[in-house]
Amino acid sequence: MATDAPIRFELRQGAITAVPLAIAVGLFGVSFGVLSASSGGMGAIPAVIMSVTTFAGSAQFAAASVMGSGGQPVAAIAAALLLNARYLPIGVSVAPYLTGGPLRRFVHAQLVVDESWAIASRGEGRFDPHRLVGAGIVLWLAWVIGTIVGAIGGDALGDPAALGLDAAFPALFLALLVGQLRSGNAVAAALLGAGIAVALIPFAPPGVPIIAAAAAALIGLVRR
Amino acid sequence: MSDAWVVVAAVGAGTIVIKAAGPVLLGGRPLPERVRSVVALLAPALLAALVATTTFGSEQQLVLDARVIGVASAGVALLFRAPVLLVVVVAAAAAALARLVGIG
Repeated sequence: MATDAPIRFELRQGAITAVPLAIAVGLFGVSFGVLSASSGGMGAIPAVIMSVTTFAGSAQFAAASVMGSGGQPVAAIAAALLLNARYLPIGVSVAPYLTGGPLRRFVHAQLVVDESWAIASRGEGRFDPHRLVGAGIVLWLAWVIGTIVGAIGGDALGDPAALGLDAAFPALFLALLVGQLRSGNAVAAALLGAGIAVALIPFAPPGVPIIAAAAAALIGLVRR
Repeated sequence: MSDAWVVVAAVGAGTIVIKAAGPVLLGGRPLPERVRSVVALLAPALLAALVATTTFGSEQQLVLDARVIGVASAGVALLFRAPVLLVVVVAAAAAALARLVGIG
């Protein structure tokens, strides 16, 4: 199949637009690698494999934090997958614009993350699939390379608490949360979710309060 | 297989399926409005829960320690529209400093 010039142009545009974001994503990957490789984390090699296959920062940090606080694997898995449930509607939104057979669509769908989705958006719900792929590849490389660098460097770090690394988790989730508060419903769901989690911490095993907080999203059924 | 590898495998496989579901299975059809309105609120609800549990949770107890000072500092950094990485560094530095002077 000959790749014609407009497609190459859009691929390159997507990649170039993603570079500033890729620097941030790469540094974010470094912090995931560091936190995973330091004591109490999941370990360096699992962290890198997770970045290669999962490619979703907030879910990976969520799994890491549930594991690090002594939660059951099933709680870590559920928390991460509930967070990634947002990729269901995001995937649906780009689906009409992806081209080719099922395998090609499957691969391109994996390159959808919040940032590549935003870069590919042309407004009014339309998307450029080639920009999506160009941006997605650059962001994926940055995420994986960042994780490897952090995982190698993280082994050299000392006590995570003395370095304040335990405060890095909530700060990161707070920063990601602020980006999600785009409506009154989102603010209400966030407050209710936090309330549910705090109320359950003394009574439920680690990870379970986070999963239970997903019920706060049900206010989407009653409030518009 | 260790717990870490179980989590890595399950989260990886689950995420790949979630991302592929729309483009491969649904084609161009939209999700029902009610499903979309709930799914859109999952991320804010869960991220807020993660902020709460990682700030106040310790095993199965609610505690106030240096993490609270770190997170409050992160909140101030966010008010000034600091980039994510700087926010995280500010939080870690504030918590480390608080521990250094014997708070939390």
